[in-house]
Amino acid sequence: MSGKFSRRRFLARAAIPTVAATLGTPRLFPPAAAASVSRLRAGGPQPVPVTLDVNGARHTLVLEPRVTLLDALRERLSLYGTKKGCDQGTCGACTVLVDGVRIDSCLSLAIMNEGKAITTVEGLASGTTLHPVQQAFLDHDGFQCGYCTPGQICSAVGLLNEKRPLDEASIRTWMSGNVCRCGAYPNIVAAVRSAAGVAS
Amino acid sequence: MRPVAYARATGTAEAIAFVGADPQAEFIAGGTNVIDLMKDDVARPGTLVDITRLPLGGITPSASGVRIGALARMSEVADHAAVQANFPAVVQALNESASPQLRNMATIGGNVMQRTRCAYFRDVSQPCNKRAPGAGCAAIGGVNRLHAVIGTSPQCICAHASDLAVALLMAEATVHTRGVQGRRAIPLADFYLLPGTTPQRETVLERGELIEAIEIPTSVAARRSVYLKVRDRRQYEFALVSVAAGLEIVDGTIRAARVALGGVAPKPWRAREVEAHLVGKPASAQTFTAAAAYASTGMRGFGENDFKLPLAERAVARALAMAEGVA
Repeated sequence: MSGKFSRRRFLARAAIPTVAATLGTPRLFPPAAAASVSRLRAGGPQPVPVTLDVNGARHTLVLEPRVTLLDALRERLSLYGTKKGCDQGTCGACTVLVDGVRIDSCLSLAIMNEGKAITTVEGLASGTTLHPVQQAFLDHDGFQCGYCTPGQICSAVGLLNEKRPLDEASIRTWMSGNVCRCGAYPNIVAAVRSAAGVAS
Repeated sequence: MRPVAYARATGTAEAIAFVGADPQAEFIAGGTNVIDLMKDDVARPGTLVDITRLPLGGITPSASGVRIGALARMSEVADHAAVQANFPAVVQALNESASPQLRNMATIGGNVMQRTRCAYFRDVSQPCNKRAPGAGCAAIGGVNRLHAVIGTSPQCICAHASDLAVALLMAEATVHTRGVQGRRAIPLADFYLLPGTTPQRETVLERGELIEAIEIPTSVAARRSVYLKVRDRRQYEFALVSVAAGLEIVDGTIRAARVALGGVAPKPWRAREVEAHLVGKPASAQTFTAAAAYASTGMRGFGENDFKLPLAERAVARALAMAEGVA
């Protein structure tokens, strides 16, 4: 696709006024009365500095505490590989790895992931060499439209990290947190099976 | 999602004091429930107090049972050897909950505190006495296929969502909490409240009271236990009806029986009548079927969920047979 008028660029630019408007959101809640009895101090709801380690690079962003890890990755770091499907933890399209563990980034606040190693689909390959799971999805044609694929791949990488005994039935069970509306499941299972023999 | 302030707790006492004194503050750990509810505008906390850096994790086996730190992740508990050896129903309930990703996030303390999946509770355009006391209940007379058939009130007929809590009730677990007033141990059987006239109150916890751990005592029945979850699809779905069943069988005779039901009540439901019809009887399919007929005692459907009465009976009979088969 030509980069000049791509949908992604258009959306990224169109989002800027929205972001600016969000920064100006007035404080809706008064400071906690509890501060007088607890030493604990709250930050926000206005933007606060948040440092994230993503794919080996450290980024200090200024985010409202309510921003999810998914939105921080996509809207602030332009890592569009991680997809927003349901945004409520029912599809798995937003799956990323945090300290090697697969999670749904839509139900995690970015600020709660400070100090953790976040890996998105963009961080799996080593240079031009694809991760074995990525290669397996290519080799086995483990997708149709591709929207769920980054989540499927990150989930499969997380599954292999879990070191479970895997056969076809258990792959289906342990990959059940990733929904594919095209129904590419047979090839996804084949890809994970193949990667399970290749990786580690 | 509405704006929210955030505080990362470094000490348990300060976290409890903060939430105890601020009615707008809530604890957050795994976040899978509260963030979801905030997106739906059902939960509107002013401040989230992040407790994930507190020393409340870990799983500690002992001679009398297993103590599970409130921050232990569902996946961590399900994969723990001592839990697997002593509480198969707990492991099955965990592994049949949500998805692998969510189980890597959600904590044990958060799991037992999760809110109902009632669609009217989660839709702020609908009346709901739990969300807005006095507003009415849209589920009574509404789309109520997934709702409760026992323990309901004219105010609320929601079903409790946790699988784990059903298995923990069967295993007679205890919830250890710490609040502004100090620590206490609450049997899980006494932890949840029925809706009655105050459906907004779901547990006995006071403001600021935090679950520190859940303790499961070992028992012969809990070791010989299963969790059977009946649902609309094989994975990644909530229960229509679920059963945690544990049996102690000596020389072919049932010496102790524990049966708890999920998906049928606003809290995990202990089926005492079923248990009473099992103890002292031979462990046989005939005994299981006869006792299971009491599973629906006291149940009443609301139309779309009438099927849960026979389903509960059949699921109990099947779960008991499965428990007998546990080596």
